[in-house]
Amino acid sequence: MSKDGFIIEAQGIHKTYRMGAAQVQVLKGADIAVKRGEFVAIVGASGSGKSTLLHILGALDRPDKGVVRFEGRDLSEMSGGELNEYRNKMIGFVFQFYHLLDELNVLENVILPAMVPAGIIGWLSKRAGVKKRGLELLKAVGLEERATHKPYQLSGGERQRAAIARALVNEPRLLLADEPTGNLDSATGNGILELLERLNRAGQTIVMVTHDERVAKRAGRTITLADGKVK
Amino acid sequence: MYKLILAFRYLYRRRISYLALAAVALCVFIVVVVMTVMDGLVGDFKEKNHNFTGDCVVGTESLVGFTYYEDFARIAEKANYVEAVTPVIKSYALVGLEGSGRNIGVELMGVEAASYSRVTGFGRTLYYHKGDASKAFNIKSDANLPGFVIGADLWSMRDEKGEYYHAPNPDATALSATCFPLTAKGALAKAGTDVVNTKTFYFSDCSQSGLARVDGSIIYLPFTEAQALCGMTEPVARASWIHIKFKQGTNIEEGCRRVRQMWEKFYDEHKGKDNAELLSQVSVRSWKEHRRESIAGMEKEQAMLMMMFGLVGLTTVFIVYVVFYMIISHKTKDIGILKSIGASCGDVIVLFLGFAAGLGIAGSAVGVAGGILFLRNINRIEGWLFERFGFQLWDRTIYAIGEIPHRLDLTMLAVVTGCAILACLAGAALPSVSAARARPADVLQVSQL
Ligand SMILES: Nc1ncnc2c1ncn2[C@@H]1O[C@H](COP(=O)(O)OP(=O)(O)OP(=O)(O)O)[C@@H](O)[C@H]1O
Ligand SMILES: [Mg+2]
Repeated sequence: MSKDGFIIEAQGIHKTYRMGAAQVQVLKGADIAVKRGEFVAIVGASGSGKSTLLHILGALDRPDKGVVRFEGRDLSEMSGGELNEYRNKMIGFVFQFYHLLDELNVLENVILPAMVPAGIIGWLSKRAGVKKRGLELLKAVGLEERATHKPYQLSGGERQRAAIARALVNEPRLLLADEPTGNLDSATGNGILELLERLNRAGQTIVMVTHDERVAKRAGRTITLADGKVK
Repeated sequence: MYKLILAFRYLYRRRISYLALAAVALCVFIVVVVMTVMDGLVGDFKEKNHNFTGDCVVGTESLVGFTYYEDFARIAEKANYVEAVTPVIKSYALVGLEGSGRNIGVELMGVEAASYSRVTGFGRTLYYHKGDASKAFNIKSDANLPGFVIGADLWSMRDEKGEYYHAPNPDATALSATCFPLTAKGALAKAGTDVVNTKTFYFSDCSQSGLARVDGSIIYLPFTEAQALCGMTEPVARASWIHIKFKQGTNIEEGCRRVRQMWEKFYDEHKGKDNAELLSQVSVRSWKEHRRESIAGMEKEQAMLMMMFGLVGLTTVFIVYVVFYMIISHKTKDIGILKSIGASCGDVIVLFLGFAAGLGIAGSAVGVAGGILFLRNINRIEGWLFERFGFQLWDRTIYAIGEIPHRLDLTMLAVVTGCAILACLAGAALPSVSAARARPADVLQVSQL
């Protein structure tokens, strides 16, 4: 934890995409700081760079300029291995399009982040415990009956809940969710939001991207992104 | 662990993996079958060539032959690594079979039946004297008649299965053999109208060496008869070659080296003697060198085949590369997901290389199994094709090939399997590495579209 109590803070983030001669300046000095236990929503128009900012926070992308600090540590100073560990253990990322692996069943998808850092021996020794936790998470998101189903057998809302369970399996300090309700009808989306609220009440820090003001209201704090900056 | 699981799932969940597997299996199958058959043919051919000569051959291609051969044979016989020694006359003759009115040119070999069959595989090539090669030139009906042994293809026809027709009790058919006798200087020994030697011989046996060139052009005569016919008795006894068989376990190259030393010593001792100038033309060769003309073509074909298989191998690598390129481009989303949950570049590479290795192992296992199954039944299949459709891989009335060779060489199988797996890894390496280096955000961005 940094001395200001921020779990993650980003300052002066710039990001420009170059496609041949054309340049898209997406972020032009965006700042964001999130305290432990907060539930923050990032809103903004489509194409305003919300996803880009979230990717940068989750170390899925690098900023052109600016610093991202996680618990006081500058991400740009981390080695490749440390970044992998950061993505694996510190962060849980929920994508707008779920992004589950089709070849694995729901439970396997959920426990995949726990498998990634383990060697064969390590995995065999902790497999039982991880499976148990995976099943608990599936129960928490209401999917305990679907553990052995394949992702394509699930509805959109069920897939999103599985993706959330996956993001939580390594007990991350920070949950990043990119439009977790974006593709769902309002009732299903509501279920997801309730799940997030419940997690937040239990102490989970959450940063959520949405372009829906009503969804944003469910969060404790809202940050608006416009013209590449936070308003 | 997840890498293993995922690699395995990719392997059996993706239809394209089966296509790649089939491609690998097919390549392995073809290589195994053709290599086995070709290897068998070449090995068989070499063995037949070896059977036709001793391990080491001392002599000259010159029709004049060389002198003092008996002295050298006696010395060679005493060497502790030598099993047996035999002199041979090699020349050409015109022969006419009684009653046919036909004259043909043949290769004439003068051999001592007993020693020649100890040095070479001659005895095994005979039909009527198989167990008793020393009597190869004896004729049952009249032991005093001079016999001849004739190449099987000169004597009888083969049927479509490759079997010769042999009369149970053959007549002692007469054959007149005509030679130009040569002096030690290489000139015609006789002048005037009567320049040739002609003598009549009687059929005693036919010889099937399995070498088409030999069986279609050779007549064996008793050594002394051939020597006289070719004028090699005047003014000094001469022979074309001395064939030497080494004791079992003697390395052939090493044996030939020692014979060569022996010959050099012998040559130095005999240089100044009468008619010794012919000795300078004598060379000492291993059976392989002696039969090089015959073997070289076959070896060249084999080398060419290997090159072609190099191309088959390259094709496999390319197919695997294309398949992987496609699989991985279908799987970029998975790569992005894996990296977003903390998998490293190395993990992704290992995952896809594991997939490739699995593909290679499964593909070559299928290919090898198919190859073994096919080779086990290759002769049955060919026989069936022949009976049903009259199709034959080789026309047995022409080629001296009995059954199609199908003995498996385990080393070859191991090498082919290893190469197939390496080819898969090579094909997968490039796409895997480039996939692994992609940034998760970019890949996932693209796969949303
Ligand atoms: N990898 C990329 N290459 C090029 N341009 C990109 C890339 N990723 C994003 N962009 C561009 O950057 C801009 C911001 O994209 P981003 O996905 O962050 O927007 P967003 O705020 O999440 O929009 P939405 O609400 O529609 O999801 C867009 O104009 C997009 O086209
Ligand atoms: Mg977005």
